[in-house]
Amino acid sequence: MRAVPLLLRQVRYENRSFWRNPPAAFFTIVFPLMFLVIFNLVFSDRTVEVPGGEAGISTFYVPGIIALSVIGACYTNVAMGLSFSRDQGLLKRVRATPLPTWALLGGKIAHAVVIGILLVAVVSAAGTALYDVAFPTRTLPAFALTLVIGSATFSALGLAVTSAIPNADAAPAIVNASILPLLFISDVFIPLDDAPAWLTAFSDLFPVRHFSLALQASFNPFEQGTGFEAQRLAVMAAWMVVSILIAIRFFRWESRR
Amino acid sequence: MGADESAGPAIVVRGLRKSYGHVEAVSGIDLRVPRGEIFAILGPNGAGKTTTLEILEGHLERSGGEVSVLGFDPGRPGRSLRERIGVVLQSASVDPYLTVQETVDLFRAYYPDPLPRETILELVGLSEQQRKLVRRLSGGQQRRLDVAVGLAGNPDLLFLDEPTTGFDPSARRDAWEMIRGLRSLGKTVVLTTHYMEEAEYLADRVAILVSGRIVAEGSVEELVGQGARTTIRFRVEGASPPKHLAAEPAGEEGAYMITTLDATGAVHGLTGWALEAGVELHGLTVAAPSLEDLFLDLAGSPERDGVA
Repeated sequence: MRAVPLLLRQVRYENRSFWRNPPAAFFTIVFPLMFLVIFNLVFSDRTVEVPGGEAGISTFYVPGIIALSVIGACYTNVAMGLSFSRDQGLLKRVRATPLPTWALLGGKIAHAVVIGILLVAVVSAAGTALYDVAFPTRTLPAFALTLVIGSATFSALGLAVTSAIPNADAAPAIVNASILPLLFISDVFIPLDDAPAWLTAFSDLFPVRHFSLALQASFNPFEQGTGFEAQRLAVMAAWMVVSILIAIRFFRWESRR
Repeated sequence: MGADESAGPAIVVRGLRKSYGHVEAVSGIDLRVPRGEIFAILGPNGAGKTTTLEILEGHLERSGGEVSVLGFDPGRPGRSLRERIGVVLQSASVDPYLTVQETVDLFRAYYPDPLPRETILELVGLSEQQRKLVRRLSGGQQRRLDVAVGLAGNPDLLFLDEPTTGFDPSARRDAWEMIRGLRSLGKTVVLTTHYMEEAEYLADRVAILVSGRIVAEGSVEELVGQGARTTIRFRVEGASPPKHLAAEPAGEEGAYMITTLDATGAVHGLTGWALEAGVELHGLTVAAPSLEDLFLDLAGSPERDGVA
């Protein structure tokens, strides 16, 4: 099969291009770590209610920042990266070659996922080293599946939102406005244990909270089962399917001014 | 599959139209480009040059008409068409964080039968820069790289959208030599330009596009031969040329200008009168018609209208 080497070549190229801009690469990796450290400092005295009991705040923030890392790498970076490539005429240019569309976009997304996995590893390692948060072992299959579905969902959302971004100048505003508020009401930045019920009901319409809570289940020290959050994963998968349909219908290869 | 078509013209266009809402960018044009020809689409900004080119490249869908590119319909661009065309867009379109060599190799890998990297870099004159990052290249070098990438797949047909816009005169000369070199490889080249000299220097045939219509088409010699006028300028002292010479005053005292389709007759009449009347013709010049004159006539330039 020719598809795999084709995709690998695109990923290798994206990867090379990524590391050629060291400041951008550096801050991509340090960004989630800064949040991890800051939140743990600010809320160091707090505990958080998790299913089965009460745990230290780090048990909340390690999976929370893992969610942030995947969302940043897949949603934010895919949408921004595609908008910039589109502005530079890169997408249009490659579309004139025999390279299949799926390989072009698939390469970008696969590379985003690779960076996401790298960030997850960095944040997990920092969680263990700095905050004594154990890396999931018994719930590892659930953790891995959640990451797979999460990165696929947020990459697909990144593709879909790129269809609505007219040009690169508008990209940061649209991407941040669409994701930042959700991060605040989805158990990523702040635990929602004191929040009104209507707010959690509202945020449950979106995939972010399902993702962070599914990850938290994997890190929950009181978890007795396998940690699979089937319902949450199903909601995320639904968002993924809708996003892919939107992207297929509305994706543009040129920016609009 | 493409064997049958390989004998036919590279491009055939009939009644091509493209509209954006109520605005018609291209209003029914016909083109026929034989293989191995360098064909220029010349026109002012906004004439529909890029729109036409992008329909041929398969980037834009047409609103009407028939188009065949290497025997394929670019409205449904498949792999077989994309493997055989090269495209150089109006603005640079390669990743700034790769080297020249990596960029060329990346694009070569997209095609089944690419040109060797060395050949490509030599053709565009970037052999010396092959290890440089794209973002460190000068504007002219980046444009050459765009052409290099367009050539990567060893295309039968190369589209160049304003290949030298923004170049200084010497870089433009170099680019022209490069494009001429492609002819010896047997490539068909279709380029757009708003530089008259560029079309004159490079193209076997030129189509002049104004407001979405082709107003003239042919070789440069044919075009300037049929439509445009020769300009004769001279100065005389103490005499005025007789009416039948149709000389118009041209600025300063005693200066005249004759514009004519019949250059031989006009020069004969003028010098005949001067000899007979014993009048000296100071600063006599006879300027052959240029594509620019024709173009300005057809494009209806405001300056021209002001003078006439």
